[in-house]
Amino acid sequence: MKICVLVKEVPDAAVEKRIDPNTKRLDRSGEKNLNPFDTHAIEAAMQIKEGGTVDVSEIVAITMGPEGSERALHKAVSLGADRSIQLTDDALAGSDVCATGYALAKVLEAEQPDLVLLGQQSDDGECYAIGAVVADHLKMPSLTQVIEMETQPDKVVCRRQAEYGYDTVEVPLPAVISVGDAINEPRYPSLKAIMGAKKKPLDKKSAADVGIEPDKVGEQGSRTQVLAINPPPAKEPGEIIEDENTDETVEKIVAWLEERKLLA
Amino acid sequence: MSILTYALHFQGEFNKNSLGAISEAGKLAQQIGGEAAAIVVGGDDLTDDFCKSLGKYGASKVYRVKGPEGIAQPVVDAMAKVIQENGYKYALFGGGLLGFEIGAGLSARLGAGVTMEVTQVKVQDGKLVAVRPVLQDSALVDVGFAGEPGIIIGRLNAFEVTEAGGGDAEVIDVDVEFSEFSTKAQVVKRGERGDEGGVNIEDADILVAGGRGLGSAEAFKLCEDLAEVLGGAVAATRAVVDAGWYPYSAQIGQTGKTVSPKLYLAAGISGAIQHKVGMQNSENIVAINKDPNAPIFEFCDLGIVGDLHQILPKLTEAVKAKKGA
Repeated sequence: MKICVLVKEVPDAAVEKRIDPNTKRLDRSGEKNLNPFDTHAIEAAMQIKEGGTVDVSEIVAITMGPEGSERALHKAVSLGADRSIQLTDDALAGSDVCATGYALAKVLEAEQPDLVLLGQQSDDGECYAIGAVVADHLKMPSLTQVIEMETQPDKVVCRRQAEYGYDTVEVPLPAVISVGDAINEPRYPSLKAIMGAKKKPLDKKSAADVGIEPDKVGEQGSRTQVLAINPPPAKEPGEIIEDENTDETVEKIVAWLEERKLLA
Repeated sequence: MSILTYALHFQGEFNKNSLGAISEAGKLAQQIGGEAAAIVVGGDDLTDDFCKSLGKYGASKVYRVKGPEGIAQPVVDAMAKVIQENGYKYALFGGGLLGFEIGAGLSARLGAGVTMEVTQVKVQDGKLVAVRPVLQDSALVDVGFAGEPGIIIGRLNAFEVTEAGGGDAEVIDVDVEFSEFSTKAQVVKRGERGDEGGVNIEDADILVAGGRGLGSAEAFKLCEDLAEVLGGAVAATRAVVDAGWYPYSAQIGQTGKTVSPKLYLAAGISGAIQHKVGMQNSENIVAINKDPNAPIFEFCDLGIVGDLHQILPKLTEAVKAKKGA
């Protein structure tokens, strides 16, 4: 079984995020981290490989992004992927969800995976949707927000929380599965794995390399337009207490609650 | 300029977020000179009367499709067909898991623009513009659509359910030939809820909610003790419910419950959007979290940066003492 994991780089949680008012795109200059949700997808792939029920021939990490986005791939291979592919092309800049999903599907078409895994959402654009977009292009069954997965040679049996409780769904392979963060606890890469990561093969591919039609990606391929960016309605900031002396802190909380008649 | 919505149903009832989407579509369609329609996919439980009832929320037509329930891809097939044959300009979804999946799949199928987490839809120059909060709600982006249709996926509870529509909707049966890959995934079990006992958190005036920061299932005892002295109930985030630390019936946000108590005390909860949508209308929000960068500190009324394992037991004692006095 060949598993492909889609990953991306996102801004570090500590970096102030902003939208560039000129390009109306997310300012990605502060980016340096693998999307935390993607580490769960890689861990899920590793657990299938180590689980022994199915024979995993390789795990391939794939990203789409500008120069520098290969850092996400280094992290992905240090967590266990065997090799990685970076789709990078100026023509892809400004792609929306639909265009990004199409571009990634073209990379996957060439790879012919049995299972595509991805994190349920990315930390920046909050688009949960990529998995479903990719699946439709690949004509594969798909499921998102999966929190338990039992892999068999010809199918994955998935559990997830939907509108009315937990559902169990059998998905025949090949398939596209987005995993939720409750599915596993991702491992930390060993120092040896981090050092070895740069030695694992990394293929750089352009849009033309994977047969992407230029008018379906980038700004011209995107069917949504950002018309305006506005600040949210102002909200009175809350009171913040740093707990230095817990007895005093608790006194303050109790006083605050009492003032609002919440201890009646 | 007509709008098609998807109406999710389960055990003889339509989903509240779906009804919200139909209500919203009804209002918007009037403004852009069109009508609102809904599509339903399922079995024999989709009776004429059940489908017609969507008229009172604003749907003038209901397309009824026989097909599997609980998975998105067959609905994508059905909606793509109805949109293409009838020229709908927009597809609108209420918040929830299936809407996200269907909307995304439909976007790929039709090469259509999609915007999700939408909190408001505006009309500008006779077209719909979706308002979407981004970057932890620190900015609102107005998104317009190039080409047709435009796909709008609402955030949970974004669209209010209103019975402003007319009489019965016209029910139209549609035969859909599903794609081979769309029907491959099979729902084996649907809607398992586990333990349904305990207090109904939607009725509680005071909620003490626990998140991943508690560190373990056992630490929920700290929340239970505090809730008891405050006279409230215990709620939980999706992360801890998925992890099996607390029952599903206590879950707030996204696919869980929506609450607006007088006091919402969040312990070890970061305040991700998926949780925020379920509790942001609480009258007073108190947050205890050791991470000063947690998003919940952006929208709480009182925030404590500190260790909940130290603070909660002392707070419980202090409240008990105060109430006993």
